[in-house]
Amino acid sequence: MINTQDVLETINMIREECLDIRTITMGISLWDCVSEDTDRLCTKIYDKITKKAEHLVKTGADIEKMYGIPIVNKRVSVTPVSLVGGNTSPDGYIKIAKTLQRAADTLGINFIGGFSALVQKGMTVGAQNMISVIPEALTETQNVCSSVNVASTKAGINMDAIALMGSAIKRAAYLTRDNNSIACAKLVVFANVPEDNPFMAGAFCGIGEPETAINVGVSGPGVVASAIRRAGDCDLSELADVIKKTAFKITRVGQLVANEAAKRLDTPFGIVDLSLAPTPAVGDSVAYILEEMGLESCGAHGTTAALAMLNDAVKKGGVMASSHVGGLSGAFIPVSEDAGMIAAAERGALTLEKLEAMTAVCSVGLDMIAIPGDTPEEVIDGIIADEIAIGVVNTKTTAVRLIPAYGKKAGESVEFGGLLGTAPIMDLNTYSPARFIRRGGRIPAPIHSLKN
Amino acid sequence: MKAVITVTGKDTVGIIADVAGVCAKNGANILDITQSVLSEYFAMIMLADINELKVDFSDFVDALELLGKQKGLVIHAMHEDIFNTMHHI
Repeated sequence: MINTQDVLETINMIREECLDIRTITMGISLWDCVSEDTDRLCTKIYDKITKKAEHLVKTGADIEKMYGIPIVNKRVSVTPVSLVGGNTSPDGYIKIAKTLQRAADTLGINFIGGFSALVQKGMTVGAQNMISVIPEALTETQNVCSSVNVASTKAGINMDAIALMGSAIKRAAYLTRDNNSIACAKLVVFANVPEDNPFMAGAFCGIGEPETAINVGVSGPGVVASAIRRAGDCDLSELADVIKKTAFKITRVGQLVANEAAKRLDTPFGIVDLSLAPTPAVGDSVAYILEEMGLESCGAHGTTAALAMLNDAVKKGGVMASSHVGGLSGAFIPVSEDAGMIAAAERGALTLEKLEAMTAVCSVGLDMIAIPGDTPEEVIDGIIADEIAIGVVNTKTTAVRLIPAYGKKAGESVEFGGLLGTAPIMDLNTYSPARFIRRGGRIPAPIHSLKN
Repeated sequence: MKAVITVTGKDTVGIIADVAGVCAKNGANILDITQSVLSEYFAMIMLADINELKVDFSDFVDALELLGKQKGLVIHAMHEDIFNTMHHI
């Protein structure tokens, strides 16, 4: 007989503590779609995606029913289109973006990722053409997500690409000015991008990935916060154990769902992303976990240490629960998507500089942060360069997803709704890094001995 | 394959009979029941064999949820694997 306590604990996690599977993402390779004719390429892309992921949404819904756990998103990630598009013209890349949107509409999925380029060392003509139309592509589509990897620990930092991205972000904000600059929420700039990430906006199907793969991202900040609350005034060693045990349970559910989805869709299981992904719902916040650990407010001194411990314990607990882990794996700190982060930013406890420090010890980076609409392009470039440098030097993934909210100033806020939440516009240091950025070229790859 | 059915709500006459009725109608064989009533609050956990289920599992889940709505109870049916994987190595 199943233990009553176990049953009640699981049901409580799902019903009261917002435990859910954040996403089942099917990676689909587009290599075999390559064609020198753009229309032919688009037809092949559409046909392949809609055939391979035909049953994705229905399967997700069935598994949701079977295990009684919400599966919030069903998504598709594809091979970076700048690779399969080759020397396609800028207009051709917009056609590809619209094709991805059409496929997403047909499938009924929430997002499709892969309007992406890998330019850490330099840019091909295709990558350049694609990057040049990212703002237009994201304005003319709703569910297509774009990412650009501008740096890696092995290649260094491509400053020319960063300069292009600052300008792309500004233009994307302008083009969608009537809709809270929403295009920027679908665009992320990476260092050391993972190739099997199920989370948006950065998901794509990497070059070493199989024909198709099922990657799953779990959530569960509310479950961790409740477990910490129940643990009371224990010391940090005990607290780390509490987090590990909870992360284990959360990840096991992710593995179960991933196995079932892979079986039903006859697709290889890829990875489970050991993530603590918040939502704007009260009680589903990473900031609340940090506050439950003992901080008066997220952003207080001590936040980086608390987050480092949380992130490490989540990984230690999760690793044993899953046969393959990957993606971004760690606690996410997207400001607009986390009720506790929003509150901390609004009360002035959480600043951009503190967020930058936090990204050195946790997953992802400066995520879903709204900044004043009149922020100069070079300042955005500078923010990206700083964040990317943290990833490159520390051999980890970092990313930047900024929203320079057109026409708005610090202290105001932008409302995206749904999972994207509400972003308080944060104040910025606007001293200019322009001369440094305009030097262009590449920052060389860092040395890996003489560590200090 | 087994399903765990949980029922919570205000105690009334015939809850077990109603749930058992839906199980019987759909071909789910009840294996075990744990139930308690605490100051008029009813809580039951039921384990049922669903190998011979006559309908899709999702339809069975819907049928139980509908019964719950009609009787003012919260009824969930979940595949046992979610509990096994979460709580056992």
